[in-house]
Amino acid sequence: MEQEKASLAGTIAAWLAAFLMFFPILWMAVTAFKTEEQAIAIPPLLFFRPVLSSFGAALAQSGYVHFAENSVIVSVCSTALAVLIAFPAAYAMAFQPGKRTQDLLVWMLSTKMLPPVGVLVPIYLIFRDTDLLDTRTSLVIVDALINLPIVVWMLFSFFRDIPRDILEAAHMDGVGPRGQMIHLLLPLAAPGIASAALLAIILSWNEAFWSINLTAAHAGTLATFIARYSAPEGLFWAKLSAASVLAVAPILIFGSLAQRRMVRGLTVGAVK
Amino acid sequence: MGATTLQAPAMAGDSLARHRRRSSWLLLSPAVILLALWAFVPLVMTLLYSFQRYNLLYPERRGFIGVRNYSLLLSDPAFWTAIVNTIVLVLSVLVITIVAGVLISLLLNQNFPGRAVARLMAIAPFFVLPPVAALIWKNLLFNPISGLIGWLFTLVGLHPVAWFTTSPMVALVIIVAWEWTPFATLILLTALQSLDTEQLEAARMDGAGPVNRVIYIVLPHLARPIAITIMMESIFLLSIFAEILTTTAGGPGDATTTLTYLIYIRALLDFNIGGASAAGVLAIVLANIVAVFLMSAVARNIEA
Repeated sequence: MEQEKASLAGTIAAWLAAFLMFFPILWMAVTAFKTEEQAIAIPPLLFFRPVLSSFGAALAQSGYVHFAENSVIVSVCSTALAVLIAFPAAYAMAFQPGKRTQDLLVWMLSTKMLPPVGVLVPIYLIFRDTDLLDTRTSLVIVDALINLPIVVWMLFSFFRDIPRDILEAAHMDGVGPRGQMIHLLLPLAAPGIASAALLAIILSWNEAFWSINLTAAHAGTLATFIARYSAPEGLFWAKLSAASVLAVAPILIFGSLAQRRMVRGLTVGAVK
Repeated sequence: MGATTLQAPAMAGDSLARHRRRSSWLLLSPAVILLALWAFVPLVMTLLYSFQRYNLLYPERRGFIGVRNYSLLLSDPAFWTAIVNTIVLVLSVLVITIVAGVLISLLLNQNFPGRAVARLMAIAPFFVLPPVAALIWKNLLFNPISGLIGWLFTLVGLHPVAWFTTSPMVALVIIVAWEWTPFATLILLTALQSLDTEQLEAARMDGAGPVNRVIYIVLPHLARPIAITIMMESIFLLSIFAEILTTTAGGPGDATTTLTYLIYIRALLDFNIGGASAAGVLAIVLANIVAVFLMSAVARNIEA
């Protein structure tokens, strides 16, 4: 049934709410196109000639490109690793379920409930003793493990939507699990796999706790970089804003693409 | 370690052929073993450290001291301040995000021009890197001299507020609530879309006004999603860290030091491994109380 049209007041209220939520991001983006003098002008400048100099200044800072590169490498590698491990597990749970499958899934999801700060000390010491502190390897491992339960869950829920007959027929024809996964499941569940991967990339790009605590100058991600942007560099608002826009923009785009399917992953199926 | 967990899936399977069961276990094992290691090894280590005198600055004085870390912690006023700060932060953010989330999701669920764009705008803060969110608010908005909010205050004849010195917790709550309102909105919006429109239509025919429709039909429908949102958010909010580090560093004094931040200070700034681990164990216990409720809700849904 067609939903009734909103009243004018309802429409205005909805747009106002959306605008207020978005405003800090908008203001950051506007500030990024100002000069430093314009950025701190009072009253705030709404009309000005936009300049790109702050972006240039942000990119020219020692290490910015390096940190951005780390963010890309860590989020892509950790996601690839998580999907690679989760894919066969989700296949087994969806198509060869046993009595314990449900318990296993719930247990996997429950590992997400462990507060990271509760295990900060041992993880820090383990990486220190294995010389992995401030390496991309340590972050890839941690991010992959953090996101693994969500990826398993999302793949499992997408696989369950695929008719079992198709795989059953392939099984009868003598196609083993490996063949079924590569030739049937991969193409059939491609959109689901893509949205699981997208969510994992978003989550590890925005992961700040472990990257701040486990990495520094060498393997730090953009989260580490921006977090160190306190005084005195924080005084340069236009530059801070430009650096922030560059750090946030790719994920905002990814996020808007994945928005709808993400609810399934984020709430681990508790809301349908 | 992990041996007991490893047997569980191997025993699974009812009528399936034995070789199929074995292949199933082969497929599951990487994920299960890695998660088991990740979940149990650090946990056991935290527990062991929490009963030891262990400071990285004096590693030679390491040894078992029973529950002394716990008794020191429980008699430390800083710990109780951190607990109170954590509860204040989590509860305030929960109240704000749920109220705002219900309102915004109801508004965005209407049929109005450009609602797809409006939804994206309202959800967008969730995708902002936490340190970025904190620094935009701290500098561009909250700064008393050149910040936008200070300027708005002077427009209406008020004095600009130095948020992070006079009311740091309020400022922190606003920032975190801004980040997490989209999470509540997204979940509640999804829940609203599964609401039976015919029921609403029938209520409208019977003369129920918009307010009554919301109170008697929409809110009861949202009760469960709201409960889930509260539980999930509390687990994430207990771990808020980057926002504190980049704005107040726990201060002024210990005004914004939460349990998470206290553990960070004890472990990585004071190198007090034993004390930090005892606090870590308490943080885990706190999170688990919430998690038990959440996971039973999840388990019920997977079955259905």
